[in-house]
Amino acid sequence: MTELIVKNGFVYDPLNRINGEKMDISIRDGKIVESVKDKANVVDASGMVVMPGGVDIHSHIAGGEVDTARLLRPEDHVKDVEVKTALTRSGVGYSIPSTFTTGYRYSRMGYTTVMNPSMAPLHARHTHEELSDTPMIDKATYPLLGDWWFSLEHIRDGLIEENAAHIAWMLKATRGYAIKIVNPGGLEAWGFGRNVHSIDDPVPNFGITPREIIRGLCKVNTLLNLPHTIHLHTNNLGQPGNYVTALESMKCVEDLAREDRPVIHITHIQFCAFKGADWGSLSSGAEEISNYVNNHSHVTLDMGQVVFSDTTTMTADGPFQYGLYQLTGNKWVNHDVETETSGGIVPFRYKRSSAVHATQWSIALEIALLIEDPWKILMTTDHPNGGPFTSYPKVMVWLISKGAREKVLSKINKRARKKSLLPSIDRELSLYELAVVTRAGQAKALGLKQKGHLGVGADADIAIYNINPECADPAKKFVAARKAFKNAAYTIKSGQIVVKDGEIVKPIFGKTYWVDVKTSMPHDVNDDIKKKFREYWTVEYENYPIREGFLHSPAPVAVKAGV
Amino acid sequence: MFKFPIEGKNVTPDIFAEKSAKEIADLEVWEGNRKRSLGELFDIKNDSSASEEFTIKIEGDVSKVRNIGFRMSMGQIIVDGDAGMHLGEEMSGGAITVSGNAGSWAGSQMKGGTIEIKGNAGNYIGAAYRGSTKGMNGGKVIIHGNAGHEVGCFMRKGLIKILGNVGIFAGVHMNNGTIFVQGTSQGRAGAQMTNGKIILAGYSEDVMPTFTVDDIKAKVKVNGEKIEGPFYRFIGDLADKGKGKLFVSKPKNPYLSSYEKYLE
Repeated sequence: MTELIVKNGFVYDPLNRINGEKMDISIRDGKIVESVKDKANVVDASGMVVMPGGVDIHSHIAGGEVDTARLLRPEDHVKDVEVKTALTRSGVGYSIPSTFTTGYRYSRMGYTTVMNPSMAPLHARHTHEELSDTPMIDKATYPLLGDWWFSLEHIRDGLIEENAAHIAWMLKATRGYAIKIVNPGGLEAWGFGRNVHSIDDPVPNFGITPREIIRGLCKVNTLLNLPHTIHLHTNNLGQPGNYVTALESMKCVEDLAREDRPVIHITHIQFCAFKGADWGSLSSGAEEISNYVNNHSHVTLDMGQVVFSDTTTMTADGPFQYGLYQLTGNKWVNHDVETETSGGIVPFRYKRSSAVHATQWSIALEIALLIEDPWKILMTTDHPNGGPFTSYPKVMVWLISKGAREKVLSKINKRARKKSLLPSIDRELSLYELAVVTRAGQAKALGLKQKGHLGVGADADIAIYNINPECADPAKKFVAARKAFKNAAYTIKSGQIVVKDGEIVKPIFGKTYWVDVKTSMPHDVNDDIKKKFREYWTVEYENYPIREGFLHSPAPVAVKAGV
Repeated sequence: MFKFPIEGKNVTPDIFAEKSAKEIADLEVWEGNRKRSLGELFDIKNDSSASEEFTIKIEGDVSKVRNIGFRMSMGQIIVDGDAGMHLGEEMSGGAITVSGNAGSWAGSQMKGGTIEIKGNAGNYIGAAYRGSTKGMNGGKVIIHGNAGHEVGCFMRKGLIKILGNVGIFAGVHMNNGTIFVQGTSQGRAGAQMTNGKIILAGYSEDVMPTFTVDDIKAKVKVNGEKIEGPFYRFIGDLADKGKGKLFVSKPKNPYLSSYEKYLE
């Protein structure tokens, strides 16, 4: 393979503490190396910002909900069409793009790694087919295990080590990367038309509580030494007053923290940070959440930023999604996935003129700016729930520019503007901090050691943006900065130039990561599990686990469990 | 008669105006999956005879030509024959007249202007795009013959007048506007309507059970014109908390007399 050298750019590599230094990055055989020979191809990054390729810890790009949403919304397709070119395939979709379009659009923005955060184990096969058809990026997916019957039974019976062995098997069977938990207990209750309303509300038929599920899986995660922590979508999502539940969920594993390392990730925190008794009195719980996170180091969060647009909500939280249907009257889909989980899809338009939506817009930014340590709060929109991932450049400039925020503030609902904390927050993230929340911090939280940085040995995934920090302050010239983030000057993936000036110049496919956990306890599937499959699933056990050969480009991450 | 569907989005007064016949002949169209030029498929002649408005006259069988009049805002199109699907889609002004029949989706998402079809038309007249909730938002569609199903789906404003018969679900999901049907209706008119007015002056196979009878009106106004009744006036669709008005001819629907006891 070839050698490449990125010369003379302003490098932001927080994991190696490089803050805008002018330096060269050398690449050979898809990895970053100390140096290359003079014959290497040169990418002239003079006057430009060089960062590791973008990493997205939570974006719905494949699986049952995503595909059903595509079927649900032909009107989302017709308004956003990408015509086939000599190098790229055609595609459609504004809030839920088709697979090829998804890959191209991420790559054009300089993103190189994306995590699909929600996969019903039953849908794993289809999820991997879609991921295999998503070009340009490395990816992984998280199986939903928080309402998984076997796990609930193990937790009920206090069998933590057995549960750990079982979950290790499940991660392999579904080729998953992390333990995803959505509205723990609530999804199981939804199978009976019910929900849970606090972390101590017992789950029907199992007699355990969401608190026990979160703690049980947190312990399993630690026993298995998984690279990421448990990834939690809290109970009571989207309900006024739910910031209390978010705090309780973070508190309930405080004692399980080890040496200042995170043990829990709360996803799309904006939807869990509502104060108030009802929609009329909705206000921001950002201060309480930020205060807690500033004083604890066992938690990481991602934003779930709202963008004013016509988007599509999709989560595994069936009861919540049904509530959204009742609120909006929009067309809707809802699933109960056998014994595993639930799901729902409802189109949703966020409006500047709505006091509630405008407050939501403000909340995620308040949290991102009030939390002092950027390593704790990562940038996402929970694509497409808060907005399409193509709005990331907008969100990035809101984080680095008070002027950009004020422009939006001046146009939002007056009541929300009065309540917003943003006018009193002057903080603007530096380019270094921006690199943390969009790549370095994301990779660190995920435990992806070769991503999110530009040190020797890292994967050569690089984004070069046409921003010259010496000539123009991106906080002031935020329109230009946004355009620069939207169309990367270069995207380099695995050492190859794949995007130039926001256009795909080399279509490629990335890898699919999954955790291959070695336990000392054997976790072969026993007869009891096989029997349960026969009795309760529509799929025979033999057809359930996914063979490694099924994945286009598998990249197992070897993990040695402590059990 | 064309063998493959023709995508005719360029056939509008807005695009033709100020162009020479040669420039018009060079306009791009799709024949199936092949890019062609308009001149390869049509003879184009400049007619210098005086006409108040910019007029495009189309002769021949264009029943396979879609999207004639797409997004037009002015001028006239006269189709001497049958027109294809999506006639006048998203138009905001001007007038289209068709001497023969038109396909489905005529007037889809229109905001203004007039479409007049002397023959029959297909389904989804003045309808929203599939999956969208935003339908016709102004303008007039007049069909002298029959129309198909789901006429005025998600309509928000404007008038659809059908002098012949309609299929099922006329005015489905209607949010406002007026639909008048002189002939028969195959039923389920006004399903899921939240507002607006539907007048069925002929026989209707049913009235949705989620509509409630409100009054008997001697006449009803359609676009300023008084239509002689008497009509039963129903309010619905109650399943959607609708306040739409459905007028159904009393003499043409004697079976509806069973509703009269609720009018005391």
